[in-house]
Amino acid sequence: MTTERTASETPDLGHAVPGTPHPDRERQVLDRIARARRRKAVVREERITLAHGAGGRATHTLIEAVFLKEFGNALLAPLEDGATLRLDGARAAFTTDSFVVSPLFFPGGDIGDLAVNGTVNDLAMCGARPEYLAAGFILEEGFPVADLRRIAASMAAAARAAGVSIVTGDTKVVERGKADGCYVTTTGVGVIERPVSLSASGARPGDAVIVSGPIGEHGAAIMLARGDYGIEATLRSDTAPLHELVSGLLDGVPGQVRTLRDATRGGIATILNEVATASDVAVVVDEDAIPVRAEVTGVCELLGIDPLYVACEGRFVAVVDGAHAGRALDALRAHPLGAGAAVIGAVKDDPPGLVLLRTAFGGTRIVDVLVGDPLPRIC
Amino acid sequence: MRFVDEYRDAGKARVLAAEIAGRCEPGRRYTFMEVCGGHTHTIYKHGLEDHLPENVVLVHGPGCPVCVIPMGRVDDAIHIAAQPDVIMTSFGDMTRVPGGQGSFLDAKAAGADIRMVYSPLDALRIAQANPDRRVVFMAIGFETTAPSTAMTILRAAADGIRNFSVFCNHVMIIPAIKAILDSPDLRLDGFIGPGHVSAVIGCEPYEFIARDYGKPLVVAGFEPLDILQSVHMLLGLLASGRAEVANQYARVVPWQGNRTAMEAIRRVMRLRPHFEWRGLGFISQSALMLADEYAAFDAERIFELPGVRVADPKACQCGEVLKGVLRPWECKVFGTACTPETPIGTCMVSSEGACAAYYNFGRFSRDRVREATRA
Repeated sequence: MTTERTASETPDLGHAVPGTPHPDRERQVLDRIARARRRKAVVREERITLAHGAGGRATHTLIEAVFLKEFGNALLAPLEDGATLRLDGARAAFTTDSFVVSPLFFPGGDIGDLAVNGTVNDLAMCGARPEYLAAGFILEEGFPVADLRRIAASMAAAARAAGVSIVTGDTKVVERGKADGCYVTTTGVGVIERPVSLSASGARPGDAVIVSGPIGEHGAAIMLARGDYGIEATLRSDTAPLHELVSGLLDGVPGQVRTLRDATRGGIATILNEVATASDVAVVVDEDAIPVRAEVTGVCELLGIDPLYVACEGRFVAVVDGAHAGRALDALRAHPLGAGAAVIGAVKDDPPGLVLLRTAFGGTRIVDVLVGDPLPRIC
Repeated sequence: MRFVDEYRDAGKARVLAAEIAGRCEPGRRYTFMEVCGGHTHTIYKHGLEDHLPENVVLVHGPGCPVCVIPMGRVDDAIHIAAQPDVIMTSFGDMTRVPGGQGSFLDAKAAGADIRMVYSPLDALRIAQANPDRRVVFMAIGFETTAPSTAMTILRAAADGIRNFSVFCNHVMIIPAIKAILDSPDLRLDGFIGPGHVSAVIGCEPYEFIARDYGKPLVVAGFEPLDILQSVHMLLGLLASGRAEVANQYARVVPWQGNRTAMEAIRRVMRLRPHFEWRGLGFISQSALMLADEYAAFDAERIFELPGVRVADPKACQCGEVLKGVLRPWECKVFGTACTPETPIGTCMVSSEGACAAYYNFGRFSRDRVREATRA
């Protein structure tokens, strides 16, 4: 995160003897970095760059320094997937999401079902039953009407499948070159019937960390569908509505689910970091336990990208009381979308704010939030 | 996944780790430099140091192609990219490297057409698809990537493509290793040699390290077991008092290298008299430029470049980190003023850079983590 700094916080460590470990000094440095990371966010760039939209640290800085600063209120402040509010005594979840995916049509879905499922899932992560959606369209002059029909039909089918109605909307057309074909924004409301309290800040030491299925399939499918790499694989986006799967989980282990987050932009790595930071706990995960399909691993190896950062559109991370992890897993696996669910790690108290990975190789490393998009390596 | 999982087997790693511990003389310190940024990345990504005894220390070398690009060259590239009819292309790693006036990402936000490619051939395809634009490929990297740049220029020449050029920043590994060996700051016991570079140049060019400096070097592959095995081999050479060059990565690296690739470099490129390396300063005969016969593809001759040398920021200690004199966290600005989001030095940008690798993967206290990760 971009932070304000003062001269006193850049220490003179003197000249170190190469290779000599200084445990005390290292600890000092680590503490100083931890403090630096907690400081107020500042946007240094004069213009928006693509990194600001990648869902990583740059996005978070922008949201905190620009939007949270201006809009700041108690409902927005936790920066959950949606806001939980009371309407006339009833608890409701309220959320919005914009979709700018390219290409618009890809194996396993298109921008239409993605836009419906994305908002349905954000509501589901609040523990809500999705009810109504609004849909906004920004269309580029020259966009084929046949494509728009196809997108609308796909949205209708996804809405039916999720049991929601699209009840209001808006359409704008911009000049050729001012948009990339078609952008869709969906906004949704849902009813929270169960007495749940779900938040990224709810994780406690002893909790289990669960992922609802194999990760990274949407992001990998999109990368290949862009056709830039000349790689062929039978990968499909995992886009799917998750509210039924979530219902099954919440009923299977009532009162034991602390956090639900769908692992979209930034992948599960980003979600786990949000939990570690918001709950001030350590999240320790086992690389061997994280389900990743061989095709996704293969694509990521070829492109030099870590699947932990690749987007899913039909998977979520759940933090559940450790004593009920087995029953939670049973509840998830009872639904077809949760067949590949797995416990991937546990919540510990120390070191707070860090996500640690026990690597398949038998080592340890941290898993941080990326600044922007994962950059492929040169060689 | 075949050909990958075999080299990441934790059981084999534990066996090898025990043998490594057995080969270490008690009380003796072993300091090895992994020259290549790809190795640095592997070491941190897999947590490889957990398998090494405390008296075996790995220091990170200068072999991260992005890390050694001086700021002035980034500014030159951005200057080219800002010309109205230009499409600038480069590898993804370059997008966040700071010059004196921002990075490619900033220049792109300000309106420049900058595109990420996976290969110089992709850049050539962009040139063919956009005949009314001038397409420039910012070529970076050691002998690993230089052949593909050379082959692309040969292809462009053969196909008569006139709107394609290369901003050549290719550097060579041997002068960099020599600069490190001649640096008075550092005592090393041996080198883990760069695997991909060696696939091109072979193993012979390292022999002077053994002969003149009395240090062993083991050319290593990029999977974690490759690196552990290389450490094992280095300890074996030291134990028997042999300063030699050995090849752990024989499945990819022929002793003689790749003659076709070297021939392509020789045809298209010439040695520069000297070239500035980020943090290391000017090193003579350490970089490549296009030969006169290919001047038509040389962005340095096509475009007028500011060519302003930008001094590294005072606070930045990338040079010491690249030479392995300082560990990343010992730099004065590490993790406070210099972070992956606001990098001051290039070592904090590329995932192969020592500082970024440490910040992203290794920023924790081993004692506390041992407790947290106990099963």
